[in-house]
Amino acid sequence: MLKSDKQQTEVQVKRKKQSQIVMIFKRILRDRGATFGMIIVLIFVFIAIFTPLLAPYDPYELDATAMLEGPSLKHWMGTDELGRDVLSRMIYGSRYSLSLGVLGSSLGLVVGIILGSMAGYLGGIVETIIMRICDIMMSIPGTLMTIIVSAVLGTGFMVTVVALSIGGTFGRCRMLRGQILREKGREYLEAARAYNCGTVRIMFSHLLPNVISPLLVGFTMGIGGTITAAAGLSYIGLGIQPPTPEWGAMLTAGRDYLRKAPTLILFPGVVICIFCWCVNLFGDGLRDTMDPKLKN
Amino acid sequence: MWRYVIKRLFTTIVVILVAAILIFTIMNVVPGDPAAALLGSDATYEEILAKRELMGLSGPFLVRLARYLYNFFIKWDFGNSWFYETPIMNEVFTRIPRTIVISFSHLVMSVCVGLPVGILAAMKRGKWQDRGVLSLAMLFQSIPGFWLAMEMIVLFSVNLGWLPASGIGSWKNYVMPILAGVLGGWCGTARQARQSMLEVMRDDYITTARAKGVAENKVITHHMLPNALMPVITSIGGQVGTLVAGSLFMERTFSIPGVGIYMLNGINNRDYPVVEAVTIFMAGINALAMLLTDLAYGFVDPRIKAQYISSTNKGRRPKKNHVEE
Repeated sequence: MLKSDKQQTEVQVKRKKQSQIVMIFKRILRDRGATFGMIIVLIFVFIAIFTPLLAPYDPYELDATAMLEGPSLKHWMGTDELGRDVLSRMIYGSRYSLSLGVLGSSLGLVVGIILGSMAGYLGGIVETIIMRICDIMMSIPGTLMTIIVSAVLGTGFMVTVVALSIGGTFGRCRMLRGQILREKGREYLEAARAYNCGTVRIMFSHLLPNVISPLLVGFTMGIGGTITAAAGLSYIGLGIQPPTPEWGAMLTAGRDYLRKAPTLILFPGVVICIFCWCVNLFGDGLRDTMDPKLKN
Repeated sequence: MWRYVIKRLFTTIVVILVAAILIFTIMNVVPGDPAAALLGSDATYEEILAKRELMGLSGPFLVRLARYLYNFFIKWDFGNSWFYETPIMNEVFTRIPRTIVISFSHLVMSVCVGLPVGILAAMKRGKWQDRGVLSLAMLFQSIPGFWLAMEMIVLFSVNLGWLPASGIGSWKNYVMPILAGVLGGWCGTARQARQSMLEVMRDDYITTARAKGVAENKVITHHMLPNALMPVITSIGGQVGTLVAGSLFMERTFSIPGVGIYMLNGINNRDYPVVEAVTIFMAGINALAMLLTDLAYGFVDPRIKAQYISSTNKGRRPKKNHVEE
């Protein structure tokens, strides 16, 4: 019994030497679904980066002779109401949609982390103020808040990012504060304080790594949700506007041609689904590897 | 217990009030002059000033806020729409039943599907049922509801001709909006139910119940479910606000004149009183849902009950009596 315990600690010590990211990566590779999700997401990222090389046509180029055509060899996904190539627009749209998803989630995460760690670690008046701000902002449901902020700020790219991030920021802040409050009494923080570590340093390099994993998982899962939300914003006439080839804006444009050209909404919708699904698969796998509570 | 109810009721009122102040403030920092926008470019300065006066845009912010809150909460007067110049109150009350029908049938059906499916998945942990439920939930969760709705229109209205694509004439009009919502809506509940069942399953009292020979069915229904359902109830309560706001997408897809569309038109026409009133209404529905959830919690969860009963007892009689009992 004692011997096996000792062996186990040795194994653990060995494991500690590996970088945590490498460890998580290895564990994800063991999960088939998560690996699949990760590969598809990477393919999407690849497409978004090398857009001009991959797109067969100019996404803004009009062609009056080929309007609302179905899929063909010339236009794999058909053409839209102005004769633009849908495939090219989808490929260019991946830039907008992906960056909206990532930036919207990241901004929410960063602001949430800063506010949450300040509220949790500093306590006192700072905590009261931040938490009351959270209460106020959360009095209006997140979806509604995003719509209103987007309506108020207008329809630029960065503005839409802000609108998309605002729905999730304050929930994250609350969650992080809760996590930190649970972690606050631990010895390693006391140790850090004892050797005269600065407050900011304790907050972000000692405390944060220990409380951040649920937030990171929420971040990954949130990207898919943010892309859907961005599409939704475009759908109700806010957010990214046509003729920008964002996936949601393309769905909106196709709404008027449901009878004549049903493929116009088919492709953007399916691509949004596939991407969100894969991001979620990856996020789920990530949660399983990072959350010790759910194991066994 | 009454103290708990009153305390929660008070919080709810504060939340709605805060939402009203927040939305009024947000709509007031919007750049641009709505009066000038309404009158068009050929209006004179005096006309715009007169219009501003009429629309209640003149005067300091705090005075306007106070007047707005007074009218809204004390006199129940939501004001007139700037664009249509009709009372908002009537419009909201004719429209809100449609929104509520959509969002609440969506909620109820999602729970009816999601809960059993989630419990099943937890019971069959690791087997094909579990994996199937999880993958399906993951897949359906990734589908934007409004896109699904549009595809349903293509299938059921355009190709098959079974259901009308828009309008509110009969019950048939509500089939697709609700169905399109439910297909994506059950996932969250199912995942939450599975998760909390799994957490409860590991607890010691379940082992105890099994050890003393309680039938497996009874372990599930009497020991696991009551405990596992608590977080599920909370998450369902938390969904209400999102659902009511989210019915906007279904309303737009199926051209259903609900409050969501009313607000959307308000946004596009810079009709701020409409946006404010609808937002406060939605925030109110959300807060009420939270209140009901918490009250249900309070009545079911012995810990919350005990907290309030013991504190009232402490106040009323000395501790000695307590011991003598």
